[in-house]
Amino acid sequence: MSKQPETRITRRFRKLQEEGRPGFITFTTAGDPDLETSVKILDGLAEAGADLIEIGVPFSDPMADGPAIQASSLRAIKGGMSLRKTLAIVADYRKKDDETPIVLMGYYNPIYIYGVDAFLADAKKAGVDGLIVVDLPPEEEGELCLPALDAGINFIYLTAPTTTDARLPRVLEHASGFVYFVSITGITGTRSAVTADVAGHVGRIRAKTDLPVAVGFGIRTPEQAAEIASVADAAVVGSALVDQITANLDDNGKPGPGTVDAVLGLVRSLAEGVHGARKTEKAS
Amino acid sequence: MTKLNTFRSGVDETGHFGIYGGRFVAETLMPLILDVEKAWEEARHDDDFWAEFDYLMKHYVGRPSPLYFAERLTEHFGGAKVYFKRDELNHTGAHKINNTIGQILLARRMGKKRIIAETGAGQHGVATATVCALFGIPCVVYMGETDVERQKPNVFRMRLLGAEIVPVTAGTGTLKDAMNEALRDWVANVEDTFYIIGTAAGPHPYPAMVRDFQCVIGNETREQMQEMEGRLPDTLVAAIGGGSNAIGLFHPFLDDDSVNIIGVEAAGHGIESGEHCASLNGGRPGVLHGNRTYLLQDEDGQIKDGYSISAGLDYPGIGPEHAWLRDIGRVEYVSATDVEALEAFKLCTAKEGIIPALEPCHALAYVGKIAPKLPKDHLIVMNMCGRGDKDIFAVAERFGFEM
Ligand SMILES: Cc1ncc(COP(=O)(O)O)c(C=O)c1O
Repeated sequence: MSKQPETRITRRFRKLQEEGRPGFITFTTAGDPDLETSVKILDGLAEAGADLIEIGVPFSDPMADGPAIQASSLRAIKGGMSLRKTLAIVADYRKKDDETPIVLMGYYNPIYIYGVDAFLADAKKAGVDGLIVVDLPPEEEGELCLPALDAGINFIYLTAPTTTDARLPRVLEHASGFVYFVSITGITGTRSAVTADVAGHVGRIRAKTDLPVAVGFGIRTPEQAAEIASVADAAVVGSALVDQITANLDDNGKPGPGTVDAVLGLVRSLAEGVHGARKTEKAS
Repeated sequence: MTKLNTFRSGVDETGHFGIYGGRFVAETLMPLILDVEKAWEEARHDDDFWAEFDYLMKHYVGRPSPLYFAERLTEHFGGAKVYFKRDELNHTGAHKINNTIGQILLARRMGKKRIIAETGAGQHGVATATVCALFGIPCVVYMGETDVERQKPNVFRMRLLGAEIVPVTAGTGTLKDAMNEALRDWVANVEDTFYIIGTAAGPHPYPAMVRDFQCVIGNETREQMQEMEGRLPDTLVAAIGGGSNAIGLFHPFLDDDSVNIIGVEAAGHGIESGEHCASLNGGRPGVLHGNRTYLLQDEDGQIKDGYSISAGLDYPGIGPEHAWLRDIGRVEYVSATDVEALEAFKLCTAKEGIIPALEPCHALAYVGKIAPKLPKDHLIVMNMCGRGDKDIFAVAERFGFEM
């Protein structure tokens, strides 16, 4: 294993492990449905039970995302959201909460155009702990992963059902923070994972790394979240939260008054599901 | 111009042309991309693979396509001798079939049971649906909603050939959105599906592989010009969407210093209008669809939509090898507007009795600018990469003709 920057992510997973419970990770897009509402949602996530927060950086061409997150990205971009403004949101958040880990999730081009060095410096300063960049596999690790580790930011790798045992060591070589297992071969928000399959894949990953394993892409309900959390270190929910935002838009695409409560209400019940799940002992 | 021992070494082991190219895809796809690369490495060193390719090129596609001396246009321009490489005479009416034959042979070698493709003008969709019919493999074609509307004849052709057409409403419903959707399909169906990409772009090995299939254009041109004029051409001109017909013509000549090479992008309403798809002349390097290349994008790195009267050029990116050839200065990249392309369309039809596709009309428009100023013994080869049947409705509308 290579560099393992110590961040709020590593501290949070250590704490979860001490408490013997799985973590709950939320995904929402910066600036969706608008700046004000997205910040209100963000401000309520930790209190509602999120252990880690993933913030989506909107991109015009999110090739690994389904219709819900595509639409969410486009709403955010229309409202003027950008990578620079996402970092400003994180910096503001840090004035209120200096504990909850924040992971930016998105695609490489906005970062490349921002400039990798400038981005890493600004992200670190804003209080970003980790990065998930969907279109940067280990084959392109020189682009951002290695510089991020040098800058003290975790670079979180995705693994998929298609990632064979032979390939896993390559993916895990510079993984840090946690490993994100994409539980379906598909785009976000389109299929549901089968818990038994997930357990098998998580086992494969755990056999090769001590990093915590989070599972996401196919989880929608508190029951599913609880099931998945019983076989992994954390469960990630994104599209289902974004769907709550979409469901609360009025005819003009403006958020209705109940939007924030609807999203945080779902976060609360998902978190209860996850935190109620008994954690299986890690095979040592 | 940067001086290299060869401009034809192609792609390095990590899939890059200089800083361009690469494999910027999600992990779910990555193992599959590596499979395609491995299968391609084996196939391209296998004589049997090329024997089957050559057989189909000859008997199914109708190759070699003629190298034709366009005498009346030459007279009209009053300067250089203008030749057309007539890939519009290929089965299905464009160069696209050279590539789809190659890729479907590879897909079969890999045991894939389902084909997907993206299409803009519909030419690549038709060429893919055609080879899928030929080999009895199910085919799904993603096509932007806007393009479905403006390329109706090709939509019907694909349906007749048995393909399922999925109109894409995301984004502005053009080629880039169709490519996103095809990639999403692929992510969800990695086990049984092969993605036949329609141009020399996408993650490695596609840019190099598509180029190698399209090189049949340039290789034939070399031989034919030798026969007809006893020497190499002086100037090559080709239109650029993603860049596959262009790289196919250019690549075999890259190491011939005496050959001047020009790619023509679509300037739409003019580069300064912002409504164009000239990625090299009006964009900057970025990462999209699996590769680093020049892209139309805003200052936040969001991809902008291209615009051109020609649906086949309407893509905000360009193959990574062109990005590299531009930076090192081996190839010159210029542009032609909608209006210039339409003028060339009329001219070619009237003078040569050839109704060209709107894509090569961009190349012809540029030929019309340089030919008059060049000496009479200067040899220009322009890639007539598609015929205009698919475009007559769009052109009729522009010319105010009721169909
Ligand atoms: C006739 C024709 N020429 C050119 C193109 C542009 O593609 P490329 O630049 O890959 O040759 C297309 C694309 O559909 C086409 O149909």
